[in-house]
Amino acid sequence: MAESFSFDGKDLEVIRKILSRYPHKEAAILPVLWYAQDKFGHTSPDVQHLVARTLDVPEAHIHGVVSFYTQFYEKPMGRHVLDVCTCLSCQVCGGYDMLSYIEDKLGIRAGETTPDGQFSLQSVECLGACGYAPMLQVTNKQYVNHLTPEKIDRLIDDLKAGIEPSFESMPPKQHEKDNRLS
Amino acid sequence: MTDDWKTYKPLLLPDLPGLTDIETYEKYEGYHALKTVLDNPDTWSPEEVVLQVKDANIRGRGGAGFNAGLKWSFMPPPDGKPRYLACNGDESEPGTFKDRKIFEFNPHLFIEGAIIAAYAIRAEQIYVYIRGEYRAWVRILQKAVDQAYQKGYLGKNILGADFNADMTLHMGAGAYICGEESSLMESLEGKRGYPRVKPPFPAQRGLWGRPTTINNIETLANVPLVIRNGSEWYRRIGAETHPGPILYGISGHINKPGVYEYPSGMSVHTLIHEVAGGIRKGKKLKALIPGGSSTPPLRADVLDGLTMDSDSLRKAGSMMGTAGMVILDEDTDMVDVVWRISHFYHHESCGQCTPCREGTGWLEKTLRKIRNGDGEMRDLDLLLAICNRMEGRTICALADAAAWPVRYSIERFRDEFEAKCKQTVYALS
Ligand SMILES: Cc1cc2nc3c(=O)[nH]c(=O)nc-3n(C[C@H](O)[C@H](O)[C@H](O)COP(=O)(O)O)c2cc1C
Ligand code: SF4
Ligand code: FES
Repeated sequence: MAESFSFDGKDLEVIRKILSRYPHKEAAILPVLWYAQDKFGHTSPDVQHLVARTLDVPEAHIHGVVSFYTQFYEKPMGRHVLDVCTCLSCQVCGGYDMLSYIEDKLGIRAGETTPDGQFSLQSVECLGACGYAPMLQVTNKQYVNHLTPEKIDRLIDDLKAGIEPSFESMPPKQHEKDNRLS
Repeated sequence: MTDDWKTYKPLLLPDLPGLTDIETYEKYEGYHALKTVLDNPDTWSPEEVVLQVKDANIRGRGGAGFNAGLKWSFMPPPDGKPRYLACNGDESEPGTFKDRKIFEFNPHLFIEGAIIAAYAIRAEQIYVYIRGEYRAWVRILQKAVDQAYQKGYLGKNILGADFNADMTLHMGAGAYICGEESSLMESLEGKRGYPRVKPPFPAQRGLWGRPTTINNIETLANVPLVIRNGSEWYRRIGAETHPGPILYGISGHINKPGVYEYPSGMSVHTLIHEVAGGIRKGKKLKALIPGGSSTPPLRADVLDGLTMDSDSLRKAGSMMGTAGMVILDEDTDMVDVVWRISHFYHHESCGQCTPCREGTGWLEKTLRKIRNGDGEMRDLDLLLAICNRMEGRTICALADAAAWPVRYSIERFRDEFEAKCKQTVYALS
């Protein structure tokens, strides 16, 4: 049976607030799609339909938007999505090695989801963490920097146990103690 | 350049903990620049702010290096209808990871700069477009924005003056092209991020067809410094034609990668070997990509005397870009690196223009072939011919950004490309 998606009163309140920030309702499409994806885990055609109806914009337009942006999931993904950066700085610092390590560990290739639906794996473009290469992002949320096989093992164990990584602050280098010059 | 840098005190990212909190920021002269402007509208008319910032010559930190004040001066006179400031925090050029430092460690400096910019261009709506992956930083910035509203630096009649400004954070959703200013506006309007044909320029027809100025986050963070200390003071920092503090993002084969703030015009050698601790594992340097993936790679043997400012880099055959420096050591396979850069641009091309859509695909395909050992010498000519057909023939600069690294890598590291091609043909037969 097809799952049905809806916004409740609280959701509509949030959406009204979003709409109030813009002169035209179309500008609320990206924020509302984000809100929907956070709530439902994806922006599949049914969710697109809901967003189109809620904002009163053509569904085809919503579909066009969703398909343009890589962070919107057009179909349900694994519970955790591992986005491994393999772009320039990560590439030269072992990004592809980390990707294959995870591929072997999970028994899937980039672009696939484990049969138990726990993990999806993707090779992605620069995430703006080039100084902390190689790195990955977990389900559009936290960054995990300076990857090593050990760090990946721990991350995957944690995620299986329901522990999400916490925010890793990376202060400007020159403020680090051993770098301080005076 | 002397050893001055050793005593340099960062201005954008000062070593003061807790600046994200508005009260701490206020303690260190925070929002004084905005107060100065709004309390003295006779001295600090919007036109005067524009003049000062123009005179300071803050070169845009988003990649193109355009004088910020000069850009502001293109805004037409107000006509009573809405005008906009769009702040570019898309930060997606590979090698670039600096704007997030401002969000995380000194968000109020950026907010203050954006409010002053809005005052100068007479815009009452400020949108901050931030790449969707930076969700954690959007949270941090949103907290700072909320505080600024509570303290009356944002909202109606700011500090009692006849000036209103609202700031709205807007998350992208994974599309490099949305960092291009007209694509950013399309995306903000809730569409696919297809760049617009220019002219008209954003100052004439921007967001929702209204006059709009787009500036990078780091560019705007420089504005309060100019108002606090004057344009002359600002112009004395770093390189004469490209003054001010710069957030250098250093990554790749380097011992201490990270973001460092120093004056513009720093010696490349100093940055690599002293500031960032030298090449990893004691290796030799092979190449430097000085300002993000689109800036042409430079061979290690042309770096003597080179400084990080647009004049010096242009003379050497590259560009300042975003000052995201990617360090490549002697073991780097340049063909592999250039292929990966091409893969990026192919993936990110929005597909509107044939030379870009087809060209980025052909570049990637041909480079992959060479990388995989199936290349032929004539593929190098093919690559250059594709570049010729891309450069300057498209709606936005993505096609150029894709072509330059290929063209200049073949020119500067030709031996490596040739070696790969030769090796192949004979190995196969
Ligand atoms: C393909 C492409 C991507 C761009 N990405 C960014 C970006 O991520 N951030 C940014 O500030 N500018 C980016 N720019 C430059 C912007 O178009 C624009 O010049 C800049 O935001 C203006 O701000 P500034 O003058 O303060 O640098 C990009 C340009 C192109 C052609
Ligand atoms: S140059 Fe490329 S990215 Fe830019 S508008 Fe044309 S197709 Fe799109
Ligand atoms: S290249 Fe991986 S984060 Fe930038």
